[in-house]
Amino acid sequence: MRKFREGIIEKSLFTSALITVAITIGIVSVLAFEAVRFFKEVSIFDFFTDTQWTPLFTDKHYGILPLLSGTFLTSAIAIAVALPIGLSISIYLSEYAPKSFRKTVKPMLELLAAIPTVVYGFFALIIVTPFLQGIYPSLSGFNSLSAGLVMGIMIIPFISSISEDALHAVPRELREASYGMGATKLQTAFKVVVPAASSGIIVSIILAISRAIGETMIVAVAAGQQPRLTLDPTVPIETITAYIVQVSLGDVQHGSIEYRTIFAAGITLFTFTFILNTISYRIRKKYQANYE
Amino acid sequence: MNKIQINRWKDQLFKIWGIACTLIGLILLVVFIGDILIDGIMRIDWGFITDLPSRKAEKSGIYTALMGSIWILGLTTIIAFPVGVAAAVYLEEYAEKGRFSALLEINISNLAGVPSIIYGLLGLEVFVRILHLGASVLAGSLTLSLLILPIIIVATRESMKAVPSTIRDASYALGASKWQTIWNQILPASSGGILTGVILSLSRAVGETAPLIVVGALAYVPFAPSNPLEEFSVLPIQIFNWISRPQHGFIENAAAAIIILLLVTFMMNGVAVYYRNKWQKKWK
Repeated sequence: MRKFREGIIEKSLFTSALITVAITIGIVSVLAFEAVRFFKEVSIFDFFTDTQWTPLFTDKHYGILPLLSGTFLTSAIAIAVALPIGLSISIYLSEYAPKSFRKTVKPMLELLAAIPTVVYGFFALIIVTPFLQGIYPSLSGFNSLSAGLVMGIMIIPFISSISEDALHAVPRELREASYGMGATKLQTAFKVVVPAASSGIIVSIILAISRAIGETMIVAVAAGQQPRLTLDPTVPIETITAYIVQVSLGDVQHGSIEYRTIFAAGITLFTFTFILNTISYRIRKKYQANYE
Repeated sequence: MNKIQINRWKDQLFKIWGIACTLIGLILLVVFIGDILIDGIMRIDWGFITDLPSRKAEKSGIYTALMGSIWILGLTTIIAFPVGVAAAVYLEEYAEKGRFSALLEINISNLAGVPSIIYGLLGLEVFVRILHLGASVLAGSLTLSLLILPIIIVATRESMKAVPSTIRDASYALGASKWQTIWNQILPASSGGILTGVILSLSRAVGETAPLIVVGALAYVPFAPSNPLEEFSVLPIQIFNWISRPQHGFIENAAAAIIILLLVTFMMNGVAVYYRNKWQKKWK
């Protein structure tokens, strides 16, 4: 009887674990199913080479490039902000800061990541854009600069926290040996500790990039809804994610080509984040093995 | 200046830079929140919380959105909590090391990195269309449950790993079965960590906007949902809707609603950190 009960429990636990696999299969098949139907009407060649994305206009073009450039632009600005600041924070906290300071500051920084992203959208549109317009008057009300800057602030803790964990895990002896040779903390940090923790730092950066390209609400609020193939950070653009939101807010008929465009855009986004996540997983596994 | 002095000088310079970087994040956090408080605090009164949405900014309240958020939070907890913990227990205690469990692990780590809007697309097709749930509270909760499942699983596994093996051995020595050991010893011992993870994941669910927009949650609903199959709005979507309007009154409303949303998020995070600290002390 006991064995029977234990068996049933194990089966139901196993089913729960299987749900996680079902989610992945679900995501891939839903995206693929709708995207295949989309590509029956639009050629893949046009999709990747056309420089206009206007599925909601009468003159329809289905070139993903403007959405990709928008996504790339906002993410690049975000990483340009978050990478130097996040890395400096992690090195400072792990190598210089007193223990008590580190203990109080780390959770406070992580609070930055806990704030809902729509709130960051508000910051970007209502606070940062008017402020930047004071410096640079020809900046549009919607632009990738403010969205990117604010997104950068949001992902600082992703880089600082994971990098700090990696730096902290570097064995004490390596530092002692370097100090013993007369090196300063700065020399030790950059020539000994950072190289030793490099895989962890790279993982944090990849995760931050993946997070930035999937970020939705900041760009939907503050970057605009005008797909445009440009690298000019002062004009309105549109990202893949913001496009999906734009279509979802409108009245789009199920089964129409407009409906399928969000899945075609979605599968493009999913592919990028999937590649980045897989790379970071590989590095993490390898690095765990190194320390054990 | 000789080389040693230059190096010491550089060292000091980096230290100052490091402090500046650390503070800049915190200062911006304070500036942003301060600005929102200035914009919105005067707008918050009892009417703001209990009024239905309206075309006029000054008459508009967050009642329906707040109720929608509470519904979503409740249903998501009911769905994601048991499934997440069960999956974690299986992976931690039952799964034999091999190709299949490695696959499960890669899969969960990958799911944690999938952008939330993609979960929205999954929910739209599977729950809204195929299962005919429509743009209902249930469809939204199911979608968010899938989104936070990986977070709950990872947190649960980590806290189960932290339980000393002596507890397990003692339970087996008394003749307890595997499940009795898990249910009576391991889960209670790791409950603090599990609770922390669940609360943190729920605080993320409360702030999620994009997947619910994709699923079809509305910016304007005249009444609060009274059952899981009704249409709904949530606080973040209400905020998004107000930000998108040009009139100043709505910006004020958005700021006020953000104060409420942040209050909820920070409170949940605070409770989670409290449980984590309490629980960590237990094993030290």
